[in-house]
Amino acid sequence: MAVLKLKELSNKQDLLTGGHRMCAGCGAPIVVRQILLAIDEPVVVANATGCLEVATTIFPYTAWKVPFIHSAFENAAATISGVEAMYQSLKKQGKYPAGKKVKFIAFGGDGGTYDIGLQSLSGALERGHDFMYICYDNGAYMNTGIQRSSATPFGADTTTCPAGSVVQGKPQNRKDLTKIVMAHNIPYAAQASPHAWKDLMGKVQKAMAIEGPKFMNIIAPCNRGWRTQTNDAIALSKLAVNTNFWPLFEVEYGKTTINYQPKKNRTPIVQWLMPQGRFKHLFKPENEWMLAKFQEYVDDNWRSVVKMHNDSNPGNQIDPEEGKTW
Amino acid sequence: MPKKVAMTGNVAVANAMRQINPDVCAAYPITPSTEIMQQFATFVSNGKVDTNLVTVESEHSAMSACIGACAAGGRVMNATSANGLALMWEMLYIAAGNRLPIVLSCVNRALSAPINIHGDHSDSMGARDAGWIQLYAENAQEAYDNTIQAVRIGEHFDVRLPVMSCMDGFIISHSIENIEVLDDDQVRKFVGDYRSPSPVLLDTDHPATYGPLDLQDYYMEHKKAEHEAIKGAKKVVLEVGKEYGKLSGRTYGLFETYKLKDAEVALVVLNSAAGTTKVIVDELRKKGVKAGLLKPRLFRPFPYAEYAAALKNCSAICVMDRADSFGAAGGPLFSEFRSALYDAPSRPLMINKIYGLGGRDLGLNDIRKVYAELIKSAESGKIGKLYEYITVRQ
Repeated sequence: MAVLKLKELSNKQDLLTGGHRMCAGCGAPIVVRQILLAIDEPVVVANATGCLEVATTIFPYTAWKVPFIHSAFENAAATISGVEAMYQSLKKQGKYPAGKKVKFIAFGGDGGTYDIGLQSLSGALERGHDFMYICYDNGAYMNTGIQRSSATPFGADTTTCPAGSVVQGKPQNRKDLTKIVMAHNIPYAAQASPHAWKDLMGKVQKAMAIEGPKFMNIIAPCNRGWRTQTNDAIALSKLAVNTNFWPLFEVEYGKTTINYQPKKNRTPIVQWLMPQGRFKHLFKPENEWMLAKFQEYVDDNWRSVVKMHNDSNPGNQIDPEEGKTW
Repeated sequence: MPKKVAMTGNVAVANAMRQINPDVCAAYPITPSTEIMQQFATFVSNGKVDTNLVTVESEHSAMSACIGACAAGGRVMNATSANGLALMWEMLYIAAGNRLPIVLSCVNRALSAPINIHGDHSDSMGARDAGWIQLYAENAQEAYDNTIQAVRIGEHFDVRLPVMSCMDGFIISHSIENIEVLDDDQVRKFVGDYRSPSPVLLDTDHPATYGPLDLQDYYMEHKKAEHEAIKGAKKVVLEVGKEYGKLSGRTYGLFETYKLKDAEVALVVLNSAAGTTKVIVDELRKKGVKAGLLKPRLFRPFPYAEYAAALKNCSAICVMDRADSFGAAGGPLFSEFRSALYDAPSRPLMINKIYGLGGRDLGLNDIRKVYAELIKSAESGKIGKLYEYITVRQ
């Protein structure tokens, strides 16, 4: 495993080149570049339909310096299953260079993963293909114009649950995809955030050394959908982690470890919600209950992650209420 | 040496697949095609093939995995029916658009609703515009032979398109016939090694992007290329059919004619019902009626000039459709043949019968009646109904 040093990383070739047409300030290409930089072996990428795919492969151009396939929206995991199956087959038959090791990654947004691609993901995880699935979660169908997904946070204003006089944004809490993935008992699953690049890339390296299905859920701010500034992606990633909206943890062979615990810097969720235009209606006096509800969802989720950690780490117990000042 | 073996259509296709020894297959069960992949799985489990069998969780994922595997750089096969094919629909177009020569055995079955597991052609007929080459088979022998030829046709560098090899559900898939099976070596030599004209995904030294976003400036050129490729496939189908004839003694063309040359009345019949029709043709010929039959083999691409030339001298023909194209001016096969004959210097009177939906039997007497109607039309110069359902309660 290569040591993650900025100086050395800066000399590595970016495998997703600049000049692609992702929006200024988008979190997704930052995530992709960190992942590709972390891997030393040759990589083959499959990508679900979405922002990442449409903005990086506009024919006759491609931003990908690795073999890449996009086939449809709901099937990145099934598509990479096929690629990996062919690799295993050719290798076994002696039709592929014996010493050559190739890594397989599927990228999907939250729509392509939490919703339409969930079945395909579940199937590929259960079959045990040797691949990594990366969900870059920006919390809505951003590519088609900010429609709600099952990853959209409670209360968020989207174009299919717009905040109006009767409906106050998304009425439901989000689905917990990472836990659904964990229920497949795969060797490795983790959550990461691009502001914590060393944590993210370290997780990628750790995962890639493991044979079998791996999964990472990575928060990827979208300034268009979140209604924020183009230079907010990293700050909002960091706040998502410090508010415990997006806990950083990993699950290795069923053992859960929290990688970062906000203590003194633990921040109430309103600090993350306030800069985002999609939540501005939550700050109306009559919607105060929604802020309280949101905080409750976040705290409940944190407690459940802490419980998993504490159950796995008898010698390293975390107090879920530590740092909470509200 | 080739040998005669008794097997069902499904087992025949599974054996063709064993002999082809594809690198990757996907499997998802659906009646009546289930037995193909089930049989094939026993070959995998017993080391008779090198195939990596991906036991997916849906037909959509089956075709998606086939697309990934084929783009990765190897030979890929799969089988399905009816609703399974319908669930693959999106991916059928994507396989063709990415020019991936996947071979799919389609065991024809009626589409829901109402749910019905028996044979008709509504599944593959619905997929006719997906960009796949479509071959149809009258019996297990043809299904076996087509499966082997499909590999060569699709993978040909002038084609590079997926191929759907069709046979009738239950009537053929589950009936035991004596068929002649080639030696394993003969088949492996005939299909040869998989080759790709362009960099594959596993060629990591030459990174290629498959499935890019293709907008107003290039999409149409790529579709034109696909159009040319499938048009050109006709030539390859003939070449491969001829070469297969040298190997097996069974030469394949675009279609089969049965006593059609001097026929005054003829039926156009796809798949298994063509066998039944031949019995009636013989019966009518004995009575001095100039009856004939055309059994299409290649439906996509549709060799319209050849079909028109074969039928142009008839006085009256009936195109038999085992699928409806709801709201159209006839079944899918009829529309194609009618269009093909439009430019013929002389063209027969034409009618269309929809028969056999959901596995409804087509008996000898039903076919007799159709010929009788044609004879009447040929004499009077007039047709009755342009198209109608037969063998149905009124």
